[in-house]
Amino acid sequence: MISTLDQRPSIVCGEANPMAPAWTRIVACQQESSNTASYTLQFLDPEQKKNYRFQPGQFNMVYLFGVGEAAISISSDPDKCDSLVHTIRHVGSVTFAMNRLGIGQCVGLRGPFGSSWPLQECRGRDILLVAGGIGIAPLRPAIYQLLKNRDDYGRLILLYGIRSPQDMIFKEEVEGWMDRRDFQVLITVDYPSDEWTGPVGVVTKLLRRVRVDSSRTSVFVCGPRVMNRAAAHSFLSHYVPEDEIFISLERNMRCGVGQCGHCQYGPKFVCKDGPVFSYASVRNLFGKDEV
Amino acid sequence: MKNKVLYTINKSELDKLIGILQRDGYRVVGPTVRDGAITYEEIESVRQLPIGWTDSQSPGRYRLNRRNDDHLFGYVVGPHSLKKFFFPPKQRLFGIKRDGESGYIFEAHQPDPPRYAFLGVRACDLAAVGVQDRVFKQTMAEPYYAKARNDALFIAVNCTEPGGTCFCGSMGTGPRCSEGFDLALTELRTTFTVEVGTNKGRQLIEALEHETTDANTSHLVDLLMDNAAEHMGRTLDTEDLPDILLKNLSHDHWNEVAKRCMSCSNCTFACPTCFCSNVEDSTDLSGNHAERWRTWGSCFTLEFSYHTGGYSRSTPAARYRQWLTHKLANWHEQFGTSGCVGCGRCITWCPVGIDITKEATTIANDVKRSRANQEAKRLEEVGS
Ligand SMILES: Cc1cc2nc3c(=O)[nH]c(=O)nc-3n(C[C@H](O)[C@H](O)[C@H](O)COP(=O)(O)OP(=O)(O)OC[C@H]3O[C@@H](n4cnc5c(N)ncnc54)[C@H](O)[C@@H]3O)c2cc1C
Ligand code: SF4
Ligand code: SF4
Ligand code: FES
Repeated sequence: MISTLDQRPSIVCGEANPMAPAWTRIVACQQESSNTASYTLQFLDPEQKKNYRFQPGQFNMVYLFGVGEAAISISSDPDKCDSLVHTIRHVGSVTFAMNRLGIGQCVGLRGPFGSSWPLQECRGRDILLVAGGIGIAPLRPAIYQLLKNRDDYGRLILLYGIRSPQDMIFKEEVEGWMDRRDFQVLITVDYPSDEWTGPVGVVTKLLRRVRVDSSRTSVFVCGPRVMNRAAAHSFLSHYVPEDEIFISLERNMRCGVGQCGHCQYGPKFVCKDGPVFSYASVRNLFGKDEV
Repeated sequence: MKNKVLYTINKSELDKLIGILQRDGYRVVGPTVRDGAITYEEIESVRQLPIGWTDSQSPGRYRLNRRNDDHLFGYVVGPHSLKKFFFPPKQRLFGIKRDGESGYIFEAHQPDPPRYAFLGVRACDLAAVGVQDRVFKQTMAEPYYAKARNDALFIAVNCTEPGGTCFCGSMGTGPRCSEGFDLALTELRTTFTVEVGTNKGRQLIEALEHETTDANTSHLVDLLMDNAAEHMGRTLDTEDLPDILLKNLSHDHWNEVAKRCMSCSNCTFACPTCFCSNVEDSTDLSGNHAERWRTWGSCFTLEFSYHTGGYSRSTPAARYRQWLTHKLANWHEQFGTSGCVGCGRCITWCPVGIDITKEATTIANDVKRSRANQEAKRLEEVGS
């Protein structure tokens, strides 16, 4: 079952050094959109394969031989332990290199790192998920768990913002969620196609279409910085308490273990104190420029 | 700290001490004159110490001068700290080879660090090691650091003549060594007094010709230390400082400093507690062999904070603010201690002489003044 924040799964890495990767093999690969693909990975080492655990919202440092490492969230179901999925948008050196790999090839991996979505703590509450673009990836493991334990939660809502209809990732799955009566899914696009009949505009505009009971709603947000800010401030203005708004942040990361210093956000190390933060815990920094 | 048992040894015993350390397999590191500055290097005898030298330090300025005596330790800290020995500026983390189609094998483990015995290190240096321990040993041990650190021996020296940029007195780390040493010496005219910090230290002193220090000399050492504490080149009032700094991230003075700051990173490299690093991966030409290196990094560079969404800190003002608030404020929440030990290196080695004590004090005084004004106004309003 989902454990709470202070019982983090142990970190798997190579034997040489905590900065050295363990090895996994790509066992499946699925193109999600023109620039994004999901890779299913399995540890080569049977012990690591057996023991690796993670919580929704956590990430790994993914290593491409000689190219470098990138922080990538785990997008699969934490209960499916023999493999894990990374959904990766190809934007730079490491992620382009990933794009050149196929089934059977190896990638290095260290993790899991960081904090997770507070699923246990939010039992009994309405859960409102806000995803922007690739930000749906770290939310998907939480969605799996919420649907699996559906009766433990109140209303379940996903607001999902994408640039254009072709940019939707996890398309079939999202359509499956839309068919469920116990899961309200709303999608908005910035640039509609001719066929698009749904909402257009920023994701926070969707808030008008849902009823938010501020006394019983917990919000999980993951997207680009501007979206995170806008979402947090909209919920605050809907009187959702600061400690019921959770945001996953992105920073430069070089180590994952609180030693390289790159991910610092005021007093926080986003790699180990985050990436998931309650708004209350970053109130003094959130929305400030250049920190 | 007062009333500790002290021992007295003749200065000539120091060479014997170095010999014992070498025999015990230590690589002895001590201050020595190199390229116009006093730096920590491997030494083999007392002759390599900066005998009869002193330094004069002020913002952006460092000079060596002759003393009119033969003191062995009559200067303060130079540009290097102990950081480079535990956390090397450039370090290979691993090497890895392609093996067949899709397998990889790591090359043999990294060589173990040498066993270091540090001679002549100062109270602020010891405190800085304690600060870096919290970064590299507390949550997840960095293997090289942990090994080098656990094997190391520290023969410290109390500072009797603080330098022009020193403020360890304000930071509570010196001038007297209070912890983290095996032996702590105080240099007198022909002798050293020695305080024992560990069992290892005790074994060393027992191997030397020593006697218990008499009460008068002990008292003299106390006086020297009190005098040193009163003659710090700089001071910093740390009361309320973290709160003041963090509540004033938009203060004008950050922009004022940024007009002078060249974002050169000197301060972060000279600082004995700054721990940031970059990680670089590469392959050889064949593409079959890859390495990962870790190098010192600095929050003063633009690339330091880039991510797919842009730069977290794009302006020099933001980067100076990050550095200063990390040292003097955020460090407390992260590691339960200040990130500054008051060694003064960042002041001396800043090419334009930016002074952490001055910049922090300018903001603090300004904030305190306006807080006081507001309070006065409030009282006036209540009164009327
Ligand atoms: C906790 C966390 C979870 C994440 N989860 C995911 C995920 O699930 N899926 C996903 O796709 N991504 C995720 N990311 C983002 C991902 O880590 C980055 O996209 C990735 O690091 C990019 O690495 P790269 O080597 O491919 O790109 P880089 O080569 O680092 O380039 C990234 C971008 O920065 C630009 N750039 C590169 N170098 C510089 C420079 N010196 N100065 C300025 N700009 C530069 C590039 O042009 C490019 O636009 C996550 C990030 C974090 C912190
Ligand atoms: S911030 Fe400056 S004075 Fe403080 S420890 Fe670092 S180098 Fe020394
Ligand atoms: S001051 Fe800058 S370089 Fe030094 S530890 Fe802090 S973030 Fe890293
Ligand atoms: S990623 Fe290195 S300290 Fe957080």
